[in-house]
Amino acid sequence: MAVNSVLPPSTGRRQVSWGTPLTYALALAIAAVSIAPVIYVVIGGFRTTPQIVADPAGLPDPFVWDNYARVLTQSNFWQQAFNSAVIALGTTLAVVVLGLAAAFVLARYRFRGREGLYTFFTLGLLFPAGAAILPLYLMLRDLNLINSYYAVILPQVAFSLPLTIVILRPFLSAIPRELEDAAAIDGASRLGFLWRVAMPLSRPALVTVGVLAFVASWNSFLLPLLVLSDVNLHTLPLGVQNFSSQYTTDTAGVLAFTSLAMLPALLFFTLAEKQIVGGLQGAVKG
Amino acid sequence: MFVLVPMGFAVYYSLFRWRGVGPPTEFVGLRNYTLAFQDPIFLDALRNNAIIVFGSLLIQGPIALGVALLLNRRFRGRAVFRLLVFVPYVLAEVTVGIMWKLLLTDEGTVDALLRSLGMGGLVQAWLADLDVVIWTLLAILTWKYVGFAIILLLAGLSNVPDELTEAAAIDGASWWQIQRHVTIPLLGPTIRIWMFLSMIGSLQIFDMIWVTSVPAVRSLGASATMATYMVDNGFFARLWGYGNAVAVILFVISFVAALLFQRFLLRRDIEGAITGRAK
Repeated sequence: MAVNSVLPPSTGRRQVSWGTPLTYALALAIAAVSIAPVIYVVIGGFRTTPQIVADPAGLPDPFVWDNYARVLTQSNFWQQAFNSAVIALGTTLAVVVLGLAAAFVLARYRFRGREGLYTFFTLGLLFPAGAAILPLYLMLRDLNLINSYYAVILPQVAFSLPLTIVILRPFLSAIPRELEDAAAIDGASRLGFLWRVAMPLSRPALVTVGVLAFVASWNSFLLPLLVLSDVNLHTLPLGVQNFSSQYTTDTAGVLAFTSLAMLPALLFFTLAEKQIVGGLQGAVKG
Repeated sequence: MFVLVPMGFAVYYSLFRWRGVGPPTEFVGLRNYTLAFQDPIFLDALRNNAIIVFGSLLIQGPIALGVALLLNRRFRGRAVFRLLVFVPYVLAEVTVGIMWKLLLTDEGTVDALLRSLGMGGLVQAWLADLDVVIWTLLAILTWKYVGFAIILLLAGLSNVPDELTEAAAIDGASWWQIQRHVTIPLLGPTIRIWMFLSMIGSLQIFDMIWVTSVPAVRSLGASATMATYMVDNGFFARLWGYGNAVAVILFVISFVAALLFQRFLLRRDIEGAITGRAK
């Protein structure tokens, strides 16, 4: 019924006017509530703990770089950022490749039980992954995977696949049959069609699922908490929690560590925000 | 697969009293389940999950709808505002939890702000008072997740054809009438999908509670959820059989809620909307 368009929304194409003052007042208030705490944390990292205790809501006076410098040079920040990056990139790559392959098969091949298989994947969306964490831990332990990157990557890939397939399949289905025929006439195999035609055409959706998988992995906490007891393998969320409970009196240091840990996800999201909203449009299209 | 197979194991382990070492041998039948439902802490956890599920829907829904309608109007700088509203959603739950924990410490920033605004009477032991903590957590969760509802609703709004709203405007409808009678009804599927995702997320909430709440407060049940109860007992106290029983309960509750929701509310949408394709 609803065929998903890959086109960006038509907004912004026409004359953009200034809003009413009320619109701005409301929008500003909302934005302030959303980011004031974050800004506070970032600024707080430039103060000293005594300053913060004396006046919790004040500005840095004087400005100190020491907290950030300390976190970057003395803590495990870099090691943890590296671990997070390896795990998040590994997860994203596997999710995109496997998701694309599965969605391609489910969208462009006709075979018996195809819809059944697809329903199986959509059912995966309904399964509460968090409930499976204890038995999952036992399984990984029996496979001797505890304290390895795989212990986080493999389950994350499995949990992300249903959503990935549900987002990707409509994009791949919407590619006209004629294009596939044309590619075949030009001598492209099915794989060639996937590589040269289908993949470029579904790029927005691929970026969306990639970003979603990356951010989810980057932010995940429960799974690494259970399966990565080795401090050298800890990811940033674990690091933030450890740092904050280890240095409870060093408020400024915790603020600095927390802001640095926020940075990558924020940057990544800012760069990809348009793509995400565009990709979700396909997913929530009514 | 990675969910189904482990859940099968969970059902099996849950029938044993098992410390996690060696094969489970001490078969206890359904005793772990009856124990869970007799434990007042677990019942507190259930209540807290219910508060979070319904609180999230009732508070975030109207806020998100209002903000999404506002940010769907065309005005300069709209893109920047949209981006800022999504910020809390992108941050890790752990980071957000630590951040708010710092902001809410005794005589910390929030307390200082309240006092300077002459509302010192509102100052609480936000995260330590047994009666207050769950509402504090609900407020933090609202702050974090309302952005997700807004993203979904904005995506849904951009699918509402301009022709419809323009036609209504030509017919003399006010901005509010257009939203009320044209836009919001068309958002139905998006709203239901958000409700579904929010509900499933709320039932499994763990990270935020884990890092924000004081363990003592959690162990008294004031801030425990099913997931933290499960990890506290199963993993850290090494009551593996019992923890797996809690996992099965959590799984069944979430899955039944999901199925009921899908059966009664999502049936039309899941074909047409989530999958983008109706049969």
